[in-house]
Amino acid sequence: MVEFALPKNSKITTGKTWPKPQGATNVRKFKIYRWNPDDGKNPSVDTYFVDMDNCGPMILDALIKIKNEIDPTLTFRRSCREGICGSCAMNIGGINTLACIYGMDEVKGDVKIYPLPHMPVVKDLIPDLTHFYAQHASIMPWLETKTNAPAKEWKQSIEDRKKLDGLYECVMCASCSTSCPSYWWNGDKYLGPAALLHAYRWIIDSRDEATPERLDQLEDPFKLYRCHTIMNCTKTCPKGLNPAKAIAHIKHMMVDRAV
Amino acid sequence: MRYLTARKRAEGKGASGTGTEHHWYMQASAVALAFLVPAFLYVVGSAIGSSHEEVLATFSRPFPAILTGLTLYAGVMHFNKGAQMMIEDYARGSMRKALIIFVIGLSYTTIATGVFALAKIAL
Repeated sequence: MVEFALPKNSKITTGKTWPKPQGATNVRKFKIYRWNPDDGKNPSVDTYFVDMDNCGPMILDALIKIKNEIDPTLTFRRSCREGICGSCAMNIGGINTLACIYGMDEVKGDVKIYPLPHMPVVKDLIPDLTHFYAQHASIMPWLETKTNAPAKEWKQSIEDRKKLDGLYECVMCASCSTSCPSYWWNGDKYLGPAALLHAYRWIIDSRDEATPERLDQLEDPFKLYRCHTIMNCTKTCPKGLNPAKAIAHIKHMMVDRAV
Repeated sequence: MRYLTARKRAEGKGASGTGTEHHWYMQASAVALAFLVPAFLYVVGSAIGSSHEEVLATFSRPFPAILTGLTLYAGVMHFNKGAQMMIEDYARGSMRKALIIFVIGLSYTTIATGVFALAKIAL
């Protein structure tokens, strides 16, 4: 059956409370999930205090400040710092989002930061996304054609190109998939909102000629139909995309070709 | 411990080739029930407070009897498919299969019992 409680070795304990910065008057408390695979201990939540008068406005600014000035062992992914790479996805104040584009002022009270939910943790705030990426690869995220390649380019009308808006912007941060209860319970088989959004992006691409194969690949009670339109994916997407709508379109196409 | 590549794990056994029929049935039966349930409730509601003979007479008439039969079948089959989906969400392995078999059995038993009772009244 589905596990509704954490296994013993995943139960979170109270961690270390780091000292407040001296002389700071505008201090914010950060509670951050910590887990080190090497020490054999259960995960814990460490408490940090950050001087907000000497820190950037985004959550990632505070994390970098903590790592640079308080605790260099704090581990998290980050790269572009502008919402393009999708590396710094984490659960902030109960919401899966990108730390680099999530403002400190968007969180009320203490800032609680956890890794993306229901994924194996590599260390601290870093989830293991191997399976997530493999699922993305399985939907063939590239242009498939059968016609011989044209001399210059595959042409696409402006109207057809517009159909890709709201889809191609996905940065594969995994915020949507890890907010989806169906993905939590059946992530081994269910492709999840991110992979399905990408699947739809290639299905409706006017230049792609593998639509039947792509739909065949999704004709499955788990790969596609585990989506119950809960819509956590759409609510949480830090890029403002709508994976639930893309999935609904795929289901519509499935029914269209069957009925 | 199995040394499988991430891609092999993600692909699993591939697509089963089913799912759309189930999805379509749920949509179609939901639309049918949106009409059937209010009509059935109206028929039952108008029979409340009547004597035993009057209720039997109501359900002996073709429209209430057929309506009741349709509501029973569409409702229970909708439950059957919905419950199957819920079981697939939360149960694993043999437990999943056993629970699905149980729900299918329960559904057909409920339909058979209802149809028998209805036939006894209507015929």
